[in-house]
Amino acid sequence: MLHIKNLKASIDGKQILKGLNLDVKPGEVHAIMGPNGSGKSTLAAVLAGRDIFEVTEGEVTYMGKNLLELSAEERAKEGIFLGFQYPIEIPGVSMVNFMKTAVNEKLKYKGEKPLSAAEFLKLMREKKALVEIDSNLTNRSVNEGFSGGEKKKNEIFQMAMLEPKLAVLDETDSGLDIDALRIVANGVNKLKTPENATIVITHYQRLLDYIVPDVVHVLYQGRIVKTAGKELALELEEKGYDWIKKELEE
Amino acid sequence: METISLDINTKIEELYDSGKEAFSSSSALINKSREEAFCIFKKSGIPTKADERYRNINLESIFRHNYNTYIKKRAIDFKIDDVFKCDVPDLETHTILLVNGWYHNADEQLTILPGGAVIGSFLEASKKYPEIFEKHYGKIAKPEEDGLIALNTSFVQDGIFFYVPDNVILEKPVQIINILISDEDVQTMPRNLFVVGKNAQAKIVVCDHTLSAQYFLTNAVSEIFADRDSLLEIYRVQNEHNGSTQISSVFIKQLENSNVLTNTLTLHGGSIRNNINVELAGRNAENQTIGLYLCDKGQYVDNYTFIDHAVPDCYSNELFKGVLDDFASGAFSGRILVRPDAQNTRAYQSNNNILLTDDAKMNTKPQLEIYADDVKCSHGATVGQLDQNALFYLQSRGIPKKEALMMLMYGFTNEILSKITVEPLKERISGMVERRLRGELSRCNSCVMTCTDKSHSC
Repeated sequence: MLHIKNLKASIDGKQILKGLNLDVKPGEVHAIMGPNGSGKSTLAAVLAGRDIFEVTEGEVTYMGKNLLELSAEERAKEGIFLGFQYPIEIPGVSMVNFMKTAVNEKLKYKGEKPLSAAEFLKLMREKKALVEIDSNLTNRSVNEGFSGGEKKKNEIFQMAMLEPKLAVLDETDSGLDIDALRIVANGVNKLKTPENATIVITHYQRLLDYIVPDVVHVLYQGRIVKTAGKELALELEEKGYDWIKKELEE
Repeated sequence: METISLDINTKIEELYDSGKEAFSSSSALINKSREEAFCIFKKSGIPTKADERYRNINLESIFRHNYNTYIKKRAIDFKIDDVFKCDVPDLETHTILLVNGWYHNADEQLTILPGGAVIGSFLEASKKYPEIFEKHYGKIAKPEEDGLIALNTSFVQDGIFFYVPDNVILEKPVQIINILISDEDVQTMPRNLFVVGKNAQAKIVVCDHTLSAQYFLTNAVSEIFADRDSLLEIYRVQNEHNGSTQISSVFIKQLENSNVLTNTLTLHGGSIRNNINVELAGRNAENQTIGLYLCDKGQYVDNYTFIDHAVPDCYSNELFKGVLDDFASGAFSGRILVRPDAQNTRAYQSNNNILLTDDAKMNTKPQLEIYADDVKCSHGATVGQLDQNALFYLQSRGIPKKEALMMLMYGFTNEILSKITVEPLKERISGMVERRLRGELSRCNSCVMTCTDKSHSC
């Protein structure tokens, strides 16, 4: 589904990703872990099409297409979803209008009919229940005045509405208490199908107790330096990242 | 006075002399203040850029244009109903028309509304209700303070009179439609007087339209008196063509516990200058002065506000937002005065602007003068572009860039639109703002139809 080969990307002339390789197949959950500043969020942003990052080398193929040629909105319509580490507050734009526009743009792209008001509201209700989101939140402006936990739940709610093929969740666990973490993780798990894939970017192993990965990668200094099964996360939790750094130096 | 404006002021003096016969139909009170005002005008002239309040606008070049002034009411040789019909659905209002500054109603000059409220011709009311004029006319708009007030007071003839007696609550809003229509370039100087009695409530919607492609200049003055415990909301919808210049000076005086909101929505116009002056003269008075302006091409919008906290315990909140496209320019000046005794004043102000191009320009200037020590005041001004992070957030959900930009601009304006309490008006204005932001024409349909001359790209 996703094939990344020797990806190099920089911002303001500073190279962050330095030759990254990654393969994700349908139905898989990949965890990307790594110390601060290793390039995790950059990878997420580059996949979603943030144009402040410049891809200087490498290939990214998604569903047989050259992903790097697509605009951010085309990628979204092709089924890529980025769960933001820091969801943006947009005063004056209502959640309902935002989601309705997004869902209908996607349907239009696929050549399908837009949802009627009633169909849309029904869909909203279903998906809200899935992530246990307070119905009042959807009546407000996008993320405006939401608590940290509400913002993250709102990301998963949007994911549920858009049903992506590939979701990249950037530090979705940061700033969450244990209840919110459980709700967010449950939401992600319920959305899992044999056809879609998830990349979970995280600092801590904690989230991976709830979203069980098939593969764990360690991203360090812009490269994936270690790949193993889910037991790697536990090992990292126990020993920290220093042993990886040491291992690399040897 | 600079020599450059001499010829303009001389022209105005000639016009004044030629109007003497027509002025005789006004009341004695109005003619007395007319004479005084004209003496003042002869000394002051049209304000120049040397006047700090008018440093952003060149009034001399505006007044130099060769406009006709209708000293007498001029018959319009077509039925207004044929060319203009306000088509805002469900907007149930008492609607009145002002055409080229003259009250327009075939049947009656003054209309009595439920509870004994009165709306109608300023000229007629000044004769019929001398006691109200004695008490309020010329009391807050002072000729000596501004040459434009002196000019308007010198040429006062007609306009709108609106009176709500004590304890009367008007359920339906009152809609005033200012229409400019002529086969020649015209300047008008309408004068309005609104008096809202003790414990009375009213909502007013004022719509400004140009229905022919000529150049128009308006120098309007409104005096608004809100007695204690009254509640008044005024929505101003400015929707004129690119060949129009509108100078509108609004003076509001509020007594104890009164609550006044003005929302100035500038959707279209050539050059627009709004002076909004508020005197909080009774304790616990509340004022909201808000506005939205959308300008493109070479349009110019200049909002000048002055909130005078004259007594303790009052609250004022000012919020103006603007979106400027192409090479449009704008100005905002917000003066707040907290007088020495006005303790426990809460005065807030903000002005936020989005410039869509490098050529669009905005000058914003807060001016707070605080002479009391127990006050809460804040001000803030921003001039910037749309939030790129928010834009990416929307795009990352599959919303095309053009649509995402639109949503952000609309969201920006929504803070002002959401404060419109007249629902059908809110819907209409929201729709018009959206179309305007999409770059489409957003005049009320019935107006556009009559605008066949595209010379002002109306």
